Amino acid sequence: MKLTLRVWRQRDADAEGAMSTYEVDGISSDMSFLEMLDVLNEQLILAGEDPVAFDHDCREGICGACSLVINGDAHGPERTTTCQLHMRSFKDGDTIDIEPWRAAAFPVIRDLVVDRSAFDRIIQAGGYITAPTGSAPEAHATPVPKPDADFAFEHAECIGCGACVAACPNGAAMLFTSAKVNHLGVLPQGAPERETRVLDMVAQMDEEGFGGCTLAGECATACPKGIPLVSITSMNKEWLRATRKVAKR
Amino acid sequence: MTYTDYVTGEPVADTKAPAGPINERWDKRRFEAKLVNPANRRKHTVIVVGTGLAGGSAGATLAEQGYHVVQFCYQDSPRRAHSIAAQGGINAAKNYRNDGDSVHRLFYDTVKGGDFRARESNVHRLAQISVEIIDQCVAQGVPFAREYGGLLDTRSFGGVQVSRTFYARGQTGQQLLLGAYQALSRQIAAGNVEMHPRTEMLDLIVVDGRARGIVARDLITGKISTYFADAVVLASGGYGNVFYLSTNAMNSNATAIWRAHRRGAYFANPCFTQIHPTCIPRTGDHQSKLTLMSESLRNDGRIWVPRAKGDDRPPNRIPEDERDYYLERIYPSFGNLVPRDIASRAAKNVCDEGRGVGPGGQGVYLDFADAIRRMGRKAVEAKYGNLFDMYQRITDEDPYEVPMRIYPAVHYTMGGLWVDYDLQTTIPGLFAIGEANFSDHGANRLGASALMQGLADGYFVLPATINDYLARNPHQEPVTDQHPVVQEVLAETEDRLNLLLSVDGDRTPDSFHREVGELMWEFCGMARTDAGLRKALERIPQIREEFWRRIKVPGTGEEFNQSLEKANRVVDYLELAELMCLDALHRAESCGGHFREESQTPDGEAARRDDEFAYAAAWEFTGTGEAPTLHKEDLVFEYVHPTQRSYA
Repeated sequence: MKLTLRVWRQRDADAEGAMSTYEVDGISSDMSFLEMLDVLNEQLILAGEDPVAFDHDCREGICGACSLVINGDAHGPERTTTCQLHMRSFKDGDTIDIEPWRAAAFPVIRDLVVDRSAFDRIIQAGGYITAPTGSAPEAHATPVPKPDADFAFEHAECIGCGACVAACPNGAAMLFTSAKVNHLGVLPQGAPERETRVLDMVAQMDEEGFGGCTLAGECATACPKGIPLVSITSMNKEWLRATRKVAKR
Repeated sequence: MTYTDYVTGEPVADTKAPAGPINERWDKRRFEAKLVNPANRRKHTVIVVGTGLAGGSAGATLAEQGYHVVQFCYQDSPRRAHSIAAQGGINAAKNYRNDGDSVHRLFYDTVKGGDFRARESNVHRLAQISVEIIDQCVAQGVPFAREYGGLLDTRSFGGVQVSRTFYARGQTGQQLLLGAYQALSRQIAAGNVEMHPRTEMLDLIVVDGRARGIVARDLITGKISTYFADAVVLASGGYGNVFYLSTNAMNSNATAIWRAHRRGAYFANPCFTQIHPTCIPRTGDHQSKLTLMSESLRNDGRIWVPRAKGDDRPPNRIPEDERDYYLERIYPSFGNLVPRDIASRAAKNVCDEGRGVGPGGQGVYLDFADAIRRMGRKAVEAKYGNLFDMYQRITDEDPYEVPMRIYPAVHYTMGGLWVDYDLQTTIPGLFAIGEANFSDHGANRLGASALMQGLADGYFVLPATINDYLARNPHQEPVTDQHPVVQEVLAETEDRLNLLLSVDGDRTPDSFHREVGELMWEFCGMARTDAGLRKALERIPQIREEFWRRIKVPGTGEEFNQSLEKANRVVDYLELAELMCLDALHRAESCGGHFREESQTPDGEAARRDDEFAYAAAWEFTGTGEAPTLHKEDLVFEYVHPTQRSYA
């Protein structure tokens, strides 16, 4: 198929950006979206132009590197990562808009590549269980009820891609933060740091310049791993609980 | 002198594993290893390159011990290292199933699975440590699959007859990596780890024979900088991307280990690559990478092809008695769960016979119809749901209705930098852990053992053995950019990148990568011959010459430039590919993933030649395109007596 691509080009963080238009031909419906961009880039290099910069790595939907807004939707029209989106979701002759994640806390580095280090700093603020190597008790010492283990797993599936932030009209990181708070908070191993974890992570999230949550629900719709919207309400409950508990101390 | 006229130098031997009963060696080594006083640890800087299971766990643990860690990854976050894509699980000899498992059995299975080309001491230690890894990960909150009673669930994997594989649905690597990443994050927040994401190592700095630092490029600004330390740890993963199409991440590369090799670290068994039997077949020339379908699927899926050649009926129209469940037929006791090398070769054989299915006949069926009948669709969904979804997304076919089509693809490299029992390379102060080293898997890795080895190396082995090196070298002279060696390494790096940018030819980095990859797949892939390897060895220098004449890299070095990153990685693939072919040529036996057509049993199985090749081949670099020097490490088997592997 033949497509018209309108792609966000921006030299670096300080430069002005703009949409540029390109044509690609000979695209097969079995190609992934990123393979289609590979075709464009090979074309651009041979023409002596700068190829379009975009983040990508595993191309299996698990590393969380790829991050494109396609026709206005984070990761495009299907509920998956950009790398797992295939060209069979488009038609011959389509015009496709390709933009980076748009959020105040994710500044553009170049073209479609953004800086998501704010997510790392939220995890650093408390998204862990303190268990230095060698200090662990025998794994079966603490059974974990299966429903709790499954709940933890469902939240632990977050790949940190940032689609939730890109989709949110407020640029909020509530779904990302709540996924980790809920994953660790439900486990007995995570109990000792349950209060400090949620308070510190939420404080860091605010400091990074993410917006507030108005429960628009766009985040959960865009999430390729299906982290549920109710995750945010669970975190709010955790935060309130922690605030009151810490106030009593 | 041509490249194939290599000379055999002095043998190389591990001097660190203590003698005595194998189950006491690790304890003994840990006791004999010198310690660094906790107060002195913060005075030592350790560089760790890579943040996968090995690098992430090592960085976190070294920092917990009090060392100052400076860590690097090319990704935008340490959480994205390719360990994240490992699906199936992690082995541990917990024997929770009471099914006859033990440390000794895991040791035995791994040595045998590796076709008797691994070092016994290392493998035994790996089996011992396996049990601690599970404890450690559970304590970190890794959400392993659990039974209704709240205890951990396990499943079985290829090449073994016990259920010792712990898993987190089809995302075990992700969960283990996030555990290590979170431990690392805690140390970053505490100021004990200085993390440099989007920074790629381009060379190693060796001063007075010791590894003292690295040259790295900031991928955002393009700035090339030096970083110095008392020891350098490479945890940069394997080199499967030499083949262009593999299950590796797009940016996984061999530069860190190859540059270390060029600086003096021996490279061991480069031809030992693992071709994984269950990957989604390629669909066309546009293909940029291949996707694995976890080996765990072989627990319940049945592999088959039509009995007749060229049978192009849809699978559901082929009656039962006209199907060939060839693994169950040839290997009745292991059936669909034979080791990876055997399953891959068998798939190739039936496709070569003209019985392959799907486009181009490059595929076999992995059929879940029986499993769905036996367990019900719901149970199959609970066990493999995310894998089935992934398959459907990529192929647009529903595996609940139509059997999956699978074909082997490059997945893992057992070869890597040669290391001793302490995981130290032949350059003092340079350590290699995880897939970057050659140590534990011999000529074939068993499923669910990569995660085990990465975490064993990073959490438990390296943090113990690096103490010994640092304690013996407490006061190393400080090195600065002004040191002539550093000046030289910096200049070489800058010259290389400038040259790449200045050729301004007419071919893209990707086109060269694809060309060398296809050559390797054809001649150094699932079946290798003397004639084919010689052909590849003739061709590779020609491609290299053409590369430097025709490469085109747009832009400059002082900016975010993904073409430049790619081109620089291809430079190293074009040298490494040559060494892989030479190693494959010199090893005129078949073993594990290395199948030489000249060396097979009458029924087509790999024929090892222990009298001549019971050694690890460690190669010393002597110059680009120059014949390397071979150093042999003799492998002695005191506990697991080498036999012809039998899975029948």
